[in-house]
Amino acid sequence: MATTPRKSRPRAAARSSGALPHGLTAQQCRDMYRKMVQIRHFEDHAAEAYAQAKVGGFLHLYIGEEAVAVGAIAAVREDDHILGHYRDHGYALARGCDVRACMAELFGRDTGICHGRGGSMHLADASRHFWGGHAIVGSHIPIGAGMAYAMQYLEQPLVVLDFFGDGATGNGIFHEGLNMAALWNLPVVFICENNLYGMGATLAEESPVSDMMIKAEGYTMPAVQCDGMDVLSVYGAVQQAAEHCRSGKGPFFVEAMTYRFRGHSMADPELYRDKEEVRRWRELDPIPRFGDFLVQHRITSPQELAEVNEEVEAEMLEAVRFADSSPWPEPDSVDRWIYAKPIDPEATEEAPSMAGNPAGAAS
Amino acid sequence: MAELTYREAVRSAMREEMRSDSRVILMGESITGYGGSYAVTKGLVEEFGPKRVMETPIAEAGIVGFAVGAAMGGLRPVAELMTVNFALLALDQIVNSAAKFHYMFGGQWSVPLVVRTVSGFGQLGPTHSQTFEGWFASVPGLKVVMPATPADAKGLLLAAIRDPDPVIFIEHSLLYSTKGEVPEQEGLEVPIGRASVVREGTDVTLVGYSRMLLQALHAAEVLEREDGVSCEVVDLRTLRPLDYPTVVASVGRTHRLVLCGEDWRTGGFGASLLSEIHDRSFDDLDAPIARVAMRDIPLPYSRKLEQQLIPASQQIVDAVRRMS
Ligand SMILES: Cc1ncc(C[n+]2csc(CCOP(=O)(O)OP(=O)(O)O)c2C)c(N)n1
Ligand SMILES: [Mg+2]
Repeated sequence: MATTPRKSRPRAAARSSGALPHGLTAQQCRDMYRKMVQIRHFEDHAAEAYAQAKVGGFLHLYIGEEAVAVGAIAAVREDDHILGHYRDHGYALARGCDVRACMAELFGRDTGICHGRGGSMHLADASRHFWGGHAIVGSHIPIGAGMAYAMQYLEQPLVVLDFFGDGATGNGIFHEGLNMAALWNLPVVFICENNLYGMGATLAEESPVSDMMIKAEGYTMPAVQCDGMDVLSVYGAVQQAAEHCRSGKGPFFVEAMTYRFRGHSMADPELYRDKEEVRRWRELDPIPRFGDFLVQHRITSPQELAEVNEEVEAEMLEAVRFADSSPWPEPDSVDRWIYAKPIDPEATEEAPSMAGNPAGAAS
Repeated sequence: MAELTYREAVRSAMREEMRSDSRVILMGESITGYGGSYAVTKGLVEEFGPKRVMETPIAEAGIVGFAVGAAMGGLRPVAELMTVNFALLALDQIVNSAAKFHYMFGGQWSVPLVVRTVSGFGQLGPTHSQTFEGWFASVPGLKVVMPATPADAKGLLLAAIRDPDPVIFIEHSLLYSTKGEVPEQEGLEVPIGRASVVREGTDVTLVGYSRMLLQALHAAEVLEREDGVSCEVVDLRTLRPLDYPTVVASVGRTHRLVLCGEDWRTGGFGASLLSEIHDRSFDDLDAPIARVAMRDIPLPYSRKLEQQLIPASQQIVDAVRRMS
């Protein structure tokens, strides 16, 4: 949508209409805004359902960090692969996973995106190339590198986005994964969400450096830091990173400086940080910030933003209603999916078949 | 039939499957120029090149995690972990990633991965002489295979590579140079999850796998010759899923059972096997189930001390003699 810049705002004029940064279109910007609002409202409803004991276990909210998942995932192809950690609702929604199925997963229902097997920390949708929330800190870092190897080997022009936190960089698996990705020049973008805490540990307590991108240097990996409270900044960084990967130049490290407005999980009394710090970061809230940008650039109007909020809220209410009224998984289904090819030695006592399968692997 | 060593049998399974399926890749430490610490992968990088036979950093968790990802991306990785002792560093990836994804993500994808590793000893000292199959076999989502013969090593590895689920394939360092007849037909699988009765008998059943299968066979010969006792010997071949019907049927014929393992008595694989057979076969048993296992002691370096601890055929013979 072309907009006429107001005379009084020369800076905005330079960036409006065709001059949106990073080649973004107005529609893409509006989509990113909606996605961030979706995540925010989804999380609010998840928290409410948790308070009502409809959601159990660990619940890690992405509130405050929405710009990271949304900016990063908008910057790549729909069939590029995504892996992330357990604070994963944002990745799922940013990738366009079914909101109702995500909510139903939190409710542990059969209609859940993983049929109630994974829960909040383990959302996934292979059909959308979102390969999961991973709840063992850092574990998905070499997994992302391995997927990137498969893309390279199979000559598919795809990249992998692998999201994790600052805390993960203290784990050996982070270093093993980066080492291999760099060694083999793999198309994987490592996205470190530096939200200043690993659960209750401050950066100063968990890392000798406060800029996580420094850790990429030893692996000769190019790295950039971006403003994780600004969806455009994240978009630009990941766009650059993905281009680098896709052109065969190897892995790239993006550090998004961000902040979670809520506790680590619902069980967190937040004794380790003061309210003033939280208040200061809340002023950088990525959603109104991007909303203001869109209005300033005449990409949308305050009314339209209000409508987006209303539509999303209706969508979330419907998701909660759907989840709450969905059936529980059948008790008999509890041992389903342990194996893709279950082998039941009890099923028959006949002599083992010696039939070969020279054509190669099944399935 | 061709006569192959156990080592050659493992190698030929990989070679055949790599020739017929371009998705199969190998990765591991010193598996290229060096040929593998037990020389199993020797010659493969020359045939298939470094993209398919990948020399890796010394990073066991990373190797398995990477292989899990490669499998998710459409490949059929076979990851070699130099020995099962080092597999401990990769336990998280094996247990929390490979074994969980199919279940946890509601069957959306599986992880067709083989982790090849090695048990065994030979004056390697406490950190390099351990046996952990019981740990792996306790994890739903894994398949655990431990071949005793070259034919099974080849046929089971072929089955493992083609299997859509993660398979822990544990070889034995003391078996690598043993020889046996292997079918010449290419690509012939031995199915996962089937035990085999390798010697028929009437008086007592000896259950073993991997090296302890050979010890059980030797014990059976001694007992027949010296005591006139007829032993039936069962090779489990797969520890998970376990072929209980074959064991139960054998106990139904012999009414006596000795479980032969190399791992520690406490929490070892034989402990859970014993409890399950106790439940299933109690009425068939004429004597308490006996176990041969490693005493709960780290395996020391000194040859004298080590030999004193390693389970062998003599302990099996003694166990049977104590029964009658
Ligand atoms: C290997 C492992 N150790 C500990 C935990 C418990 N744990 C869960 S999240 C977390 C903090 C991670 O912090 P960070 O990586 O910065 O991510 P954030 O939660 O800040 O997004 C810890 C210690 C875990 N899940 N996995
Ligand atoms: Mg953090």
